[in-house]
Amino acid sequence: MSNLAARPPAATTRPLQVPALVLVAAACLPVAASAGDAVRGAVLAAPCASCHGTDGHSPGEIPSIAGMTPEDLSRAMLDFRSGARPATVMNRIARGYDEPEIAAIVAYFATKAQ
Amino acid sequence: MRTSEPTRRQTLGMLTAAPLLGMPAIARGATQGRVVIVGGGFGGATCARYLRRMAPGLSVTLVERNPHFVTCPFSNLVLGGLLGIESITHSYDGLRRDGVEVVQANVEAIDPAGRELRLTGGDRLGYDRLVVSPGIDLIMEAIDGYDEAAAERMPHAWQAGSQTLLLRRQLEAMEDGGVFVMAIPQTPYRCPPGPYERASLIANYFRTHKPRSKILLLDDKDQFSKQGLFQEGWAQLYGDMIEWLPFGQTGGLIAVDPDTGVLQTEFDTHRADVANVIPPQRAGRIVHDAGLTEGGQWCRVDPRSFESVVAEGVHVLGDAVIAGAMPKSGFSAGTQAMVCARAIAALFAGESLAEPSFVNTCYSLVGPDYGITVADVFRIGPEGSIVAVQGAGGVSPMGADPEFRLREARYARGWYTSITQDIYG
Ligand SMILES: Cc1cc2nc3c(=O)[nH]c(=O)nc-3n(C[C@H](O)[C@H](O)[C@H](O)COP(=O)(O)OP(=O)(O)OC[C@H]3O[C@@H](n4cnc5c(N)ncnc54)[C@H](O)[C@@H]3O)c2cc1C
Repeated sequence: MSNLAARPPAATTRPLQVPALVLVAAACLPVAASAGDAVRGAVLAAPCASCHGTDGHSPGEIPSIAGMTPEDLSRAMLDFRSGARPATVMNRIARGYDEPEIAAIVAYFATKAQ
Repeated sequence: MRTSEPTRRQTLGMLTAAPLLGMPAIARGATQGRVVIVGGGFGGATCARYLRRMAPGLSVTLVERNPHFVTCPFSNLVLGGLLGIESITHSYDGLRRDGVEVVQANVEAIDPAGRELRLTGGDRLGYDRLVVSPGIDLIMEAIDGYDEAAAERMPHAWQAGSQTLLLRRQLEAMEDGGVFVMAIPQTPYRCPPGPYERASLIANYFRTHKPRSKILLLDDKDQFSKQGLFQEGWAQLYGDMIEWLPFGQTGGLIAVDPDTGVLQTEFDTHRADVANVIPPQRAGRIVHDAGLTEGGQWCRVDPRSFESVVAEGVHVLGDAVIAGAMPKSGFSAGTQAMVCARAIAALFAGESLAEPSFVNTCYSLVGPDYGITVADVFRIGPEGSIVAVQGAGGVSPMGADPEFRLREARYARGWYTSITQDIYG
């Protein structure tokens, strides 16, 4: 996860609403986040299921999220967001989340993997 | 933000509910509150499923008039002969297995003050919180000559099921060289790109089975969703088979005549061998009758909970609501339902509401191997309504190679499999 901390903050499109603490928490995954952070992660991650399947287990042609390591998921989201990783639609979606939010999503899926 | 106190209501709801519809004794004894959901489509069924996942202590009853759910998503593939109707028909057994009480009945009336529903046949059903996701009603009277009987000859196929099959049969029966005309309403209507996906997949069917046929689109607007991408794909796949006439060239649809197959616009008259008339739309009837639309066409809600701004304890989802910048799609209805379920769980638990986040991704097939998307992430904006996150979202790139279009087509199928499994599986 060192790449997460090292990456320069990409232009945020809205004021950060999640304390930087979440970022730190996610950076040393797996770590039990606070209840508020857990809710935040669950809210942000909920719509993922509509394409990636319940809890990230995809039954069809879209790649699963379940089974990815937190490091891989975090890197994928950040690279989709920056454009470093080619995508059909995920680049457009990943740009809707700032780094702490991506960390909260990653932390949410990490709890699902346990 | 609205809050309410469930505890007092809970007791009331239980008292009225228990003797009326046979709930399993276990559910009745263990419940921490009773949620009733009207409509087992994308909004209602998602809400039921997610409430069971998020708040297992609540009893969840889903009232749906049909025994199965036939999805509008992918019904265009049925029209294009790529899928059978059984592929888009889903049973409610998955929800039942999850502990949702599914009641097959039509809801006749909602009494928000008495926290009670009246079902056709007279049964009453009490609730502590109600969720209504009734989808749309078609405003047939907006088009002269169009009504229920006319729709049996010039189908809308904008609610999937028998209408879909009827239009498919007409397309199959049409002679090669015939003209298929589709009338398309102004926004807002359910699934903004839906008519153009439909035109595409019918063109795909014609190209392989009736190559001399034509498709004429009479649009009541001057531009449409993913327009550049659709037109690029049409030119590549179908040449000039599809002709699109915007409002500026038709002046709008005025009247139809099912006897002669004529569609009359302000400026012209068009004769169809097969006509698909998609009327303008409003929220499903039940929410109008309950006063939830305030005399308008759609419901206003608090976007943090989807609780109606006019009826405490009643939440409205999906196509029936104005949800700021979110389009009326199954995907939108589903993510709204997830937010609503979380809010309901929080309200029963006496917790504060979480700040919501929404996504919509609408896949369209321009051809079986040619997919395009529009996607957005949504939050509550400074004005308190739902807005798209700036800098994110948008449509697929123009001029992409066939490999890219093929991948989006595969993902379209993947999306359908995932979302229907998540809700009904
Ligand atoms: C051709 C077409 C293609 C589409 N393609 C897509 C797509 O690819 N992706 C996408 O995201 N969206 C798509 N949509 C849009 C999608 O179908 C709707 O946005 C979605 O169904 C809305 O969900 P809902 O819960 O609001 O309503 P619905 O899914 O329509 O569910 C409403 C349910 O309520 C029931 N009901 C209503 N009133 C009562 C009552 N009084 N008593 C009992 N039951 C009642 C109805 O029977 C119905 O089952 C498409 C739509 C069309 C027409």
